[in-house]
Amino acid sequence: MSYIKKPAARHPKLKVNSLGLTIRDYEGSMSTLCAGCGHDSVTAALVQAFFELEVEPHRLAKLSGIGCSSKTPAYFVSEAHGFNAVHGRMPSVAAGANAAHRDLLYVGISGDGDSLSIGLGQFCHAIRRNVNMLYVLENNGVYGLTKGQFSASADIGSTSKGGVANQQGPIDPVNTALSLGATFVARSFSGDKDQLIPILKAGLSHSGFAFVDVISPCVTFNDHQGSTKSYAHTRSHMHEVIETDFVPLKTEIKTEYSEGSVQDITMHDGSVVKLHKIADEYDPTDRRAVLDYLADVGSRGEIATGLLYLEEAGVDMHGFENTVDGPLVEVPFADLCPGSKGLEEVQKEWW
Amino acid sequence: MHPTDTRDPQYYHRVVDCQWACPAHTNVPEYIRLIADGKYTESYMLNRESNVFPGILGRTCDRPCEPACRRTRVEDEPVAICRLKRVAADLRGEIDHLLPKAAAEKNGKKIALIGAGPASLTVANDLIPLGYHCTIFEALPKPGGLMRTNIPSFRLPVAVLEEEMDMILNMGVEVHYNHRIDSLKELLDEGDFDAYFIGTGAPKGKELNIPGRTEGSANIHIGIEWLESIHFGHIDSVGERVLVIGVGNTAMDCCRSSKRLGGKDIKVMARKSRPYFKASPWELEDAEDEEVEIIVDHSPQCFVIEDGQLRGMIFDLVEWEENEKGRLVSTKHGEIFIQADDVVLAIGQDNAFPWIERDIGIEFGEWDMPVVDRATFMTSREGVFVGGDAAWGPENIIWAVEHGHQAAISIHNYCRGLPVTDRPPYGMNLVSTKMGIHEWRYSNDYDPVLRTEMRYADLEKRLSDMKIEAELGFDVKETVREVERCLNCDIQTDFTTNLCIECDACIDVCPVTCLTITHNGEEDDLRQRLMAPADNMDQAIFASESLPQTGRIMVKDEDLCVHCGLCAERCPTAAWDMMQFDLLNPYAGHQSWPEKAITASTISV
Repeated sequence: MSYIKKPAARHPKLKVNSLGLTIRDYEGSMSTLCAGCGHDSVTAALVQAFFELEVEPHRLAKLSGIGCSSKTPAYFVSEAHGFNAVHGRMPSVAAGANAAHRDLLYVGISGDGDSLSIGLGQFCHAIRRNVNMLYVLENNGVYGLTKGQFSASADIGSTSKGGVANQQGPIDPVNTALSLGATFVARSFSGDKDQLIPILKAGLSHSGFAFVDVISPCVTFNDHQGSTKSYAHTRSHMHEVIETDFVPLKTEIKTEYSEGSVQDITMHDGSVVKLHKIADEYDPTDRRAVLDYLADVGSRGEIATGLLYLEEAGVDMHGFENTVDGPLVEVPFADLCPGSKGLEEVQKEWW
Repeated sequence: MHPTDTRDPQYYHRVVDCQWACPAHTNVPEYIRLIADGKYTESYMLNRESNVFPGILGRTCDRPCEPACRRTRVEDEPVAICRLKRVAADLRGEIDHLLPKAAAEKNGKKIALIGAGPASLTVANDLIPLGYHCTIFEALPKPGGLMRTNIPSFRLPVAVLEEEMDMILNMGVEVHYNHRIDSLKELLDEGDFDAYFIGTGAPKGKELNIPGRTEGSANIHIGIEWLESIHFGHIDSVGERVLVIGVGNTAMDCCRSSKRLGGKDIKVMARKSRPYFKASPWELEDAEDEEVEIIVDHSPQCFVIEDGQLRGMIFDLVEWEENEKGRLVSTKHGEIFIQADDVVLAIGQDNAFPWIERDIGIEFGEWDMPVVDRATFMTSREGVFVGGDAAWGPENIIWAVEHGHQAAISIHNYCRGLPVTDRPPYGMNLVSTKMGIHEWRYSNDYDPVLRTEMRYADLEKRLSDMKIEAELGFDVKETVREVERCLNCDIQTDFTTNLCIECDACIDVCPVTCLTITHNGEEDDLRQRLMAPADNMDQAIFASESLPQTGRIMVKDEDLCVHCGLCAERCPTAAWDMMQFDLLNPYAGHQSWPEKAITASTISV
């Protein structure tokens, strides 16, 4: 960690978005994570995504649980709303916040410990409910804050810093999300922002639960030889299945792809996600085929990355619950709280 | 792009913009840090090594370092480098024991120095410790050249001037005052000296030959001669209404001197408009603060003389426009009479060498100037060297000092029978400033504080006496504030390619977006592919070798780096380190860098 503040000086030619903000206006306080932590790169990718999507800071709510990953919301968009929840309980707080104010953009930041151990149940139910949010799981395979014990995502055979190999099988968050019916499932790598940023932008535009598993190496406890979540291992075993290009609403599509290799998916807000398939037979809208393909890639010891599955027409939590169209804060008080007479009317239904 | 060779001392030297811009390559950031530590004496001595006259230059330098200052790329105003130099001079302690000493034994070589200005004094400063016997011939009764005669004492107190000159003269320079050399041939023919250095400046003020000049001569003065007469007490008053013609730094000294000699209505008359003024902006401001009026677009037509007495001048009112060739041309749209009791001409200076015979092997070229080699300062006659304003016309003191250093190197070579083209190498030291995980040997915290304003002596008081110094200098509190503005550009971000794991931490944290990891390409292409485009072609971009994991390269745009060290703090493998760069300037007698230094290698991590 650094003791000095990030200098206020900035590049005079920084781009300015339509809100008049530069990328530096989306920063938070200085990171207190270890130097070289993958999480800081994920933070930087989020900052870039918010800047490019021209997100108004006050329209953003960032939530987290406990862990190294869960500290990171402090490091981006200082002006946004924030909630640091109990360990593993971020999904229910996010669901509650979303229920009350559906018009904000929700970003949950979690880790492999927070989501796959103590918070596994919460994680699963947020997927089931299809809470409209971007859920980023910063996955490093260890408990960094408690000195590097294996987490539930550690691969069999991956060694600890002391050289001991892990024997228990991992919980694969991508598989878990897919099998629970998640509508947006991606995996990326903190060291590959070219891939990560468009995925985050697509996730922010997705209507429903957008899950992004980010391999985010722990430089202090899990970046050695023998680790399957190190920078070097991830780079040499990454298997990019899909290249994602995010085209915001009303933007001219410039990149040209060869015919048949690209699948366009129009998002709820009108933006377009262009999925450039690197493997020809891959269909990112066929859940069963995706699960098969991933099993195949995984069996070779490779790490499949990209926006692996996307289904834009799903029903989200508000759809299931048939809630009001806008945030509760905009509902007139008289409607929101019908008073004791109104309560009596309602209770009569059960008399 | 080929990997950058950071072991060439000139690469990191270029990053230290102030030091690069300074003709004498003074180590500015280090002397500012020494001031910050309260080590005024050490700071003074570091200054003196390269610029010889810190107290004088701390008041009078033309400050090429300040427009170059990196601070101007992230905010408007540069660090007040020059004024901090003065702080070191004002607050320093005893230095006698630190000054260079004459060699215990003379080497038997004798050097003639013509003119006792900054160039000649620097030559003496460099050569006497090596055993040379230096003899100065000076036309005036006192040393200093234009530093003495042309810079009024309200800008440069005589005590400061003399103290710093004495540091050199007291080493045992033989000086002949009131000894004008009227014939170089004669001096050469006498054959008393092994080498000759001409440092006679550009002593001839330019004339303005328009009607009335001769008739009004009693009240029309040549600026530099007039200032000299004031210095020596020959002139102690001026008329109430004074016109100063010209708008360079000498004009500023003339108008401000007029104010102190009893002038009430002082006008500086400029032919062009403000963007074309030659005077330094701060000198213009100082003059205007003293209620001098600066009038633009007035071109002198004639002097008006009535009954043998100067009454004023007529000026053409002109407008300037650029023609097709990009040259400024004027059109007259009227004329005006302006009253004046005295007129001072400050429209430039010329060199004059009537005392150098044209048949003694010294080739003369354009503008009737001797042909002088830009690197060796030798004329076409071996053993005769020229420096300072005498070489290529009026510059400023710091250039004269650098000329002196270079000429001293040449003279030292020449006297030992070595080719004068054999220049000693530049060297460098590069030492890590790391003290702990996030502790450095320098203050890396960026302070957004704005430039400290100078305080001046009370206007009425300072105008009452020529000898009252106008600028008060920074006090300790102001100094403490100003030193923190320095960005420590000499603390270099030094990259070790094979340690990098490409985690992006440095890129993510860099406040000025100057780092990028990308695939290699041609420099022009790379410059456009960075996190922010590197459009300042005067500033290098650093390119690493291929990175171990992906084969991409680390690129750094040196232009905007604020040297905060966060890249190195956030680097988990110490691939980035903050290394203090110390340029080792070559001086006479330093033919190599034996123990102290590294010329093209470094301490590896």
